[in-house]
Amino acid sequence: MPPLIEVQELCHVYGTGTPFQHTAIEHINFTAQRGEFIGIIGHTGSGKSTLIQHLNGLLKPTFGKVLLDGTDIWKDKQTTRQARFRVGLVFQYPEYQLFEETVFRDIAFGPKNMKLSEQEIRRRVLEAAGFVDVPEGVLEKSPFDLSGGQKRRVAIAGVIAMEPDVLILDEPTAGLDPEGRAGLLRNLQDYRKQKHAAVIMVSHSMEEVAMMADRLIVLNHGKIAMEGTPQQVFSHAQELKDMGLCVPQVTEIFLRLKELGVDVDPCVYTVPQAVQALRTRKGGSGRA
Amino acid sequence: MLKDITLGQYFPGNTPIHRLDPRTKLILVIVYIVALFLAKGFVGYLVIICFLGTVMAMSKIRPKTALKGIKPLIFIIILTGILNIFYTKGSEETLLVDWWIFTIYKEGVMNAIFMVLRIFLLIAGTFMLTYTTSPIALTDGLERLLRPLKKIRVPVHELAMMMGIALRFIPTLIEETDKIMSAQKARGADFETGNLIQRAKALVPILVPLFVSAFRRAEELALAMECRCYHGGEGRTRMKQLHFHGGDFFAFGIGTALLAAMIVLRHFGL
Repeated sequence: MPPLIEVQELCHVYGTGTPFQHTAIEHINFTAQRGEFIGIIGHTGSGKSTLIQHLNGLLKPTFGKVLLDGTDIWKDKQTTRQARFRVGLVFQYPEYQLFEETVFRDIAFGPKNMKLSEQEIRRRVLEAAGFVDVPEGVLEKSPFDLSGGQKRRVAIAGVIAMEPDVLILDEPTAGLDPEGRAGLLRNLQDYRKQKHAAVIMVSHSMEEVAMMADRLIVLNHGKIAMEGTPQQVFSHAQELKDMGLCVPQVTEIFLRLKELGVDVDPCVYTVPQAVQALRTRKGGSGRA
Repeated sequence: MLKDITLGQYFPGNTPIHRLDPRTKLILVIVYIVALFLAKGFVGYLVIICFLGTVMAMSKIRPKTALKGIKPLIFIIILTGILNIFYTKGSEETLLVDWWIFTIYKEGVMNAIFMVLRIFLLIAGTFMLTYTTSPIALTDGLERLLRPLKKIRVPVHELAMMMGIALRFIPTLIEETDKIMSAQKARGADFETGNLIQRAKALVPILVPLFVSAFRRAEELALAMECRCYHGGEGRTRMKQLHFHGGDFFAFGIGTALLAAMIVLRHFGL
């Protein structure tokens, strides 16, 4: 069975033939399976946004292919359109795209474009709202009367309502408070589990991707610099720093501890793991 | 695709034309337009073309870029040409074609050529101003030139500020439109198919967020300006004082010469 989504030798050049010609990404290869949570990290301008806009056919590759279930999404117009629904893309600050009179109608925009029945649209809107913890009472309000965090949730629900097999989010937690962040990330996990979908998240927070992702892709100057589990990627702390990235704060602490002569394994990248590691060091007794 | 709009775009450079005082350039554009409308015959137009060509060469703006700006107006230019060909009446001797309802006179053809040439040169000439002058310098220059109007209570400073802000936000809004379009496309919005009404309706998901964000930006900008104690033009000094230099006086000389030449040529009907 082919992978759910596969990227082959993807290249994109902006402004071909003008003085502003600029290669955004080159020779990108990766795959994503159902049920996977992939994190994409990279400094500003490393080509993350360009890459994710290829996955649902918003940008056409200059070279290379994007395969969805083994079919090239640019095969014909119909396939491209279907790819837009099957690969849901949530842009940065999606709350600025809200436009409808009510929250319900805004979430229903995607399903409506899919030409679903009235009943099915209703079911999906309610379900999507449930996924992102938008209470039913809010559905008849104007999206412009909501708080920033709620707007963000509604906008993400607008994409989730299309029930995409691949859900891609560009920095979904930027500008949210800690509680909002944690809640949103939980919602994404729930969606992935319930729909057995792939989730791809672009983030600048190493803690977030370390906590959430099964696999990390590190972009640097338009190329994949590293790929692997968070453990594998974060073991290259110095290389990441050279790329203008960093490792999670706990990993940083553990690296420093090791430097100071404390016998700890620095391959720790989430707080629970750190607690675990410290506990075992103390011989499994007492509190860390 | 939206990024291809070049209308009013500034191409940075450090040529004698770029270095001219914006006031000089504004005045010269007016002189140029007057001179252009004074042109009557081929010789007159030739002088104008030479003048524009020299300016263009000096500013190192490639003719291709200049033509790109004219592209959106090509339809109007062609239409003007066609109307002039058919609607100019001449005498019996100058009749060129007389077929069915179409009659073409020699005057018509001449008129059409001159008309097209005039619009073409008008646009290309004014574009030279925006290509070589940054929007900020342009509004500064305009404000200084219009300052005497303050005596009759024209809010010159406020107008210049508004113009500056408007120009400043064109690229931002274009970028924003692009972004919103992509986002709505990702939700399956379709802008390319359907009849006129469907297409107009398809614009709502773009226009509403665009207006909302424009208002939000306006509010934020107003707040930021107030935070920096902006209170209108009263007593406001500038960081960059405008001064005329040698080049500017030379340019004025050329402008005067051009105007004089055109008046003389017109007198002789050339």
